[in-house]
Amino acid sequence: MRDWADFTTDAEEGGASTIALTGALTVSCIGPLDKRLRELDEPIARIDLSGVSAIDTVGAWTAWRTARDHDAEIVGASEQAERLISAIKDSKGDADIAPPRAEVIERVPAAVGDLVVGWGEGTVGVIGFLGSLVVSAGHTIKKPSKLRVKALIRQIELVGVSALGIIGLMCFLVGIVIAQQGAVQLQQFGAEFYTINLTGRLAMRELGVLMTAIMVAGRSGSAFAAQLGTMKLTEEVDAMRTIGVSPVEALIIPRVLAAVLMMPLLGFYAAVMAIIGGAFLANFALDIPFFTFLARIQEVVPMHDVWVGLVKAPFFGLIIALAGCYQGMQVKANAEEVGIRTTMAVVQAIFMVIVLDAFFAIFFTKVGWG
Amino acid sequence: MSEHDPANTVDEADLPAVAEPFTGDNPIVIEGLKNSFGDHVIHEDLSLTVRRGEIIGVVGGSGTGKSVLMRSIIGLQIPDAGTIEVLGSSITDAQDDDDIDIRSRWGVLFQGGALFSTLTVAENVEVPLLEFYPEIDPELRHEIARYKVMLSGLPEEAASKYPAELSGGMKKRAGLARALALDPEVLFLDEPTAGLDPIGAAAFDRLTKELQETLGLTVFLITHDLDTLYEICDRVAVLAEKKVIAVGTIPELLALDHPWIQEYFNGPRGRAAQNSQERGAQAREQGHADSVDNSGEQGA
Repeated sequence: MRDWADFTTDAEEGGASTIALTGALTVSCIGPLDKRLRELDEPIARIDLSGVSAIDTVGAWTAWRTARDHDAEIVGASEQAERLISAIKDSKGDADIAPPRAEVIERVPAAVGDLVVGWGEGTVGVIGFLGSLVVSAGHTIKKPSKLRVKALIRQIELVGVSALGIIGLMCFLVGIVIAQQGAVQLQQFGAEFYTINLTGRLAMRELGVLMTAIMVAGRSGSAFAAQLGTMKLTEEVDAMRTIGVSPVEALIIPRVLAAVLMMPLLGFYAAVMAIIGGAFLANFALDIPFFTFLARIQEVVPMHDVWVGLVKAPFFGLIIALAGCYQGMQVKANAEEVGIRTTMAVVQAIFMVIVLDAFFAIFFTKVGWG
Repeated sequence: MSEHDPANTVDEADLPAVAEPFTGDNPIVIEGLKNSFGDHVIHEDLSLTVRRGEIIGVVGGSGTGKSVLMRSIIGLQIPDAGTIEVLGSSITDAQDDDDIDIRSRWGVLFQGGALFSTLTVAENVEVPLLEFYPEIDPELRHEIARYKVMLSGLPEEAASKYPAELSGGMKKRAGLARALALDPEVLFLDEPTAGLDPIGAAAFDRLTKELQETLGLTVFLITHDLDTLYEICDRVAVLAEKKVIAVGTIPELLALDHPWIQEYFNGPRGRAAQNSQERGAQAREQGHADSVDNSGEQGA
């Protein structure tokens, strides 16, 4: 319970009255008083502060604003009150507190326009980014000593080695699910033995590499964007430029290379784990012995299925790393943008990976690897 | 009635009780403070008492734990030992953040301003108001934000700008506006003039002094800026050898025969600051005399 500041009205002849403020005119006690003072619409001649027990700038402002709005005179102000009033009275009190917001009717077309222009600029930006990457890659190929081996190995560890656990577990479980669901359907016409074909081919062609791409996008693509974005904010990237170190060579090439190199390995590993998961389930649920399952895989999965997975993987890695690095390098303003760009990096990477995967599916069917 | 009526939106019982203004002599009392990071001891048996209404400058070499001291006082760093009392209530006895109920009575300006980057300057100032006094009408809150922005020496149109659009000096002023949002009794400033140009730094010093006089603040000021020490600090606390080795006015400190203090104030920069302060004082006296003369002439 608080002692809210209060006021009494002393009406005088001629209609103008004196408002006597009482209590503590401080930020903690002024809430309701301010509202009641605003609602006064009678003429006020004087505002009496002699009954005020304490005053701070908020109280001074409230008294002064009320006096200003009613052309009243402030009387009985203590020395401190006068000092505070003279400190705050230069404020006009009408400045915007947030940038002006346009009407909906203007805002919507403006937002659409910004979006379209943004796409255009984004496309140009991506092309420019790819260009600088190609140029730097050219430099690196011409002079391999420029390759940051340490950074590359560090990124390989982060993207590849430390992802082994989670990707292995995930694909093992997905392998179980595929085998179990496939078996339920195939059992209906007594073909549950084909669960092996289903699990093996699916894992090698699609599942392994796709699940890996999603996990790498979530783990490493986001990390790339957030790292580079924060480095942009703290001007580390600018510092590199001034020293003469190309940020593309020092930061982006190792990350892109690490993702491109690690994706095929992780993808193949993921496929193997999915097959082991399938074999594990088959062993217990379908009475197909574990090693029979694995031996059968060699017979039913054609070699080109392995190649399909391995060919796709580096492209997925490239897309994920490019999306992460590009979005990270676009950060300019503040911490919020790091978050937005990180989200965009992951969403774009996964979306592009799936679009590309669809193209690859058609391509490989046409070349007879179906 | 209106939807902002506090009686409707805020339960009276939820509002924290409001403490009386502090009337004691020493708003900050630190005794036997010990801080360490692992094996590295920062403070050992550090004691310091700040008097009400003074501007106390805290100096010390880099790494002597000036910022750590400030963080301990405002409850961001839990000390290993010792007691800290601010405005009569203990910081060190607080078991968790909620126990520190005097947060509405101090304002803190961090070194980089530490503004919330997704809010405009005015919205930054409104954050503490909204947090502690939700019953205040939005209209009054906006007005408060505007005049605090003005008080801190920013142009009013800066209120609607985002921190990223401000220069370093303006960010500090905006941070000061937020620190002053609740009319605090104690103001903590961490290197307020670092990174400002000399004109901006001098203006910030004047602003600090003016605000301290107008609002009756106690100011705890960490600084490396000798000009600030000479111009506005009532007393200076010297941090060295893991404790406060001396507190006093600059002449008092100079009378001590401590090598670090001597080097600090009598080094080339220290002497330059001292000279400029003397010149400033002379100029002010001169100016005062002139104005007296002028008024005399006008009168005649």
